Amino acid sequence: MAAKTKCKAQLLSGNEACVQGALVAGIRFFAGYPITPSTEVAEGLAEELPKIGGRFIQMEDEIASMGAVIGASLAGLKSMTATSGPGFSLKQENIGFAAMTEVPCVVVNVQRYGPSTGLPTSPAQGDIMQARWGTHGDHPVVALMPASVRETFDLTVEAVNLAEELRTPVIILLDEVVGHMRERVELPAAEDVELFNRVKPTESPDTFLPYKPAANLVPPMPAYGDGYRFHATGLVHDETGFPCGKGADGNTLVRRLQAKVEQRQPKIARAETFQTEDAEIVIVAAGSVARSARAAVKEARAQGIKLGLVRPITAWPFPEEAIDSVAQTAKALIVAEMNLGQMILEVERIAAGRAPVFGLNRIDAELITPEDIIVRAQEVTNNVR
Amino acid sequence: MSVKDLVDRYCRVDKLPHIWCPGCGNGIIMGAVIRALDKTDFDQDKTVIVSGIGCSSRAPGYMNFDTLHTTHGRALAYATGVKFARPDLNVVVLTGDGDCSAIGGNHLIHAARRNIDLTVVVFNNSIYGMTGGQFSPLTPAHSYASTAPYGSIDRNFDLCKLVQAAGGTYVARSTAYHARQLVNLIATGLNHKGFAFIEVVTQCPMYYGRRNKFPSPVDMLKWQQEHAVPVKAAAKLSPEQMAGKFLIGELHREEAPEYTAVYETDVIAKARGDIN
Ligand SMILES: Cc1ncc(C[n+]2csc(CCOP(=O)(O)OP(=O)(O)O)c2C)c(N)n1
Ligand code: SF4
Repeated sequence: MAAKTKCKAQLLSGNEACVQGALVAGIRFFAGYPITPSTEVAEGLAEELPKIGGRFIQMEDEIASMGAVIGASLAGLKSMTATSGPGFSLKQENIGFAAMTEVPCVVVNVQRYGPSTGLPTSPAQGDIMQARWGTHGDHPVVALMPASVRETFDLTVEAVNLAEELRTPVIILLDEVVGHMRERVELPAAEDVELFNRVKPTESPDTFLPYKPAANLVPPMPAYGDGYRFHATGLVHDETGFPCGKGADGNTLVRRLQAKVEQRQPKIARAETFQTEDAEIVIVAAGSVARSARAAVKEARAQGIKLGLVRPITAWPFPEEAIDSVAQTAKALIVAEMNLGQMILEVERIAAGRAPVFGLNRIDAELITPEDIIVRAQEVTNNVR
Repeated sequence: MSVKDLVDRYCRVDKLPHIWCPGCGNGIIMGAVIRALDKTDFDQDKTVIVSGIGCSSRAPGYMNFDTLHTTHGRALAYATGVKFARPDLNVVVLTGDGDCSAIGGNHLIHAARRNIDLTVVVFNNSIYGMTGGQFSPLTPAHSYASTAPYGSIDRNFDLCKLVQAAGGTYVARSTAYHARQLVNLIATGLNHKGFAFIEVVTQCPMYYGRRNKFPSPVDMLKWQQEHAVPVKAAAKLSPEQMAGKFLIGELHREEAPEYTAVYETDVIAKARGDIN
């Protein structure tokens, strides 16, 4: 293995790490609309992209931003937008368009308290289900949930790579705490980061079918201007890319879109586990809540309570294997989340009664603390005894 | 070029015949766009046609270019992305009156304000055709629509004035009847460096015509002929004589910095420290 270039440590916020990750991953187009707590992503890219010949544009709203990002990606640039709650809601129709037309793009959503304007600067994790089902109709989704500044960098790179590889929108679900907290990090040198570029067709334009999938179910993608003269439409289309108005073609297309992500579930879906081997109670927590949960596990063990942690890194596809495994060994699972119970639905589905599943939910705009988790763990211990 | 040669070169012949109703003006306008493109020296492989949703927005599907049929109202946002990402591409937007002035109205004024180099052709048939004849922001006040069974009380836009006020640097209007003038106006718009906007007053015999007492598409074309006044002729008419009529021809043209060019010469140059 080649020697890794050493990089000096720097103090960065999650949002700033997201900017760095985007630049290293090859993002060359950003369109956005300001909204707390995601604005630093736009500000960082407004400063950095022009230095490398990239494009930054502030659009008139989030709908336009999402549209511009899709247009730019079709024109061949790796493209991204960033937003929070209300803006994420506005982007949904065009996210569906990107899924349907298989246009790679990355959507950063720094979650904030909702619904509606809610509490603009307060943390929440209320968009887990919106990330999955926000746009209408069946569609594939990839959504990543970093829990630290360094991981925000890594997962931003991964989001860009996955979007390019799968030709589908990829969502980065930050929460306000991770987006704004500062940590000392050492980022890898750009040349040590593995990148994926969308596969271009090798066929001549005369025989090329723009929506004919390769063996991995993903069709090669030319850029506008490459001479392929292809059509992109949100209508149900066949392999030619043109609408046909036939339900059978919809059946083929939407099932393929779903399958191209689903068949990679084992590769994409990921969770970190911490002290789960002998754990009697396992906490399931993501993003900033997982940081409290990790502290709680250590503290509880010092008190003699056998706590463990599963931290989903991907929200979608959900890391089924990790939950499946603790559902067989633990006495109970506690899903801690800053919402009234979204991730818990997935955990219950996978646990399927093998271990009882309890919620720990806060929506008072305060972080779930290690103490909250320990108290809940004690309650649950008494409950399942 | 003969019509057959134009069709063979610029249309996706296997996608024809089109879905439009007999007598619809959309085919005339698509034909005018194709003739205008033929008059330019645009490379067909470097030209992208973008549309929203509506009967008119189906046109790109029949055109042999890179084409993008987006979401309702958002064609200009997508087109902005294409053009800003690749300023070397020629980007043409085909849109309906509802698509660009109602749901897409905000994108319209902002694209005009930026003076980004797009050529926009609006198929103004005064109605929402695709959804079966509801009124649009361009439906003349007091005319009838499926959602205005007692006549629309909404006042209609003058879209050309709106675009000019917003910063569009080339603004023109014509009709499906004035097809030859239309070709020239679109061609000038295509060659214009900046935001070029061409409104085409056209007919939807199926929904607007039926409800508003036009027995046939020909009557609608006649109406266009009788109510459209060329800019020069209008200068000699009094406001009373112009009442109920509308202007056609080139309404506005100015030179102004174009968005993607300024991004290069200003933003990128400053960011790289070439200028300060
Ligand atoms: C978000 C959204 N809202 C509503 C619609 C339904 N819709 C489809 S086309 C259309 C109006 C089209 O009218 P216009 O833009 O004037 O085009 P025309 O069909 O007359 O050419 C509407 C309301 C839609 N497709 N998407
Ligand atoms: S409904 Fe109207 S606009 Fe649509 S195709 Fe028919 S005539 Fe044309």
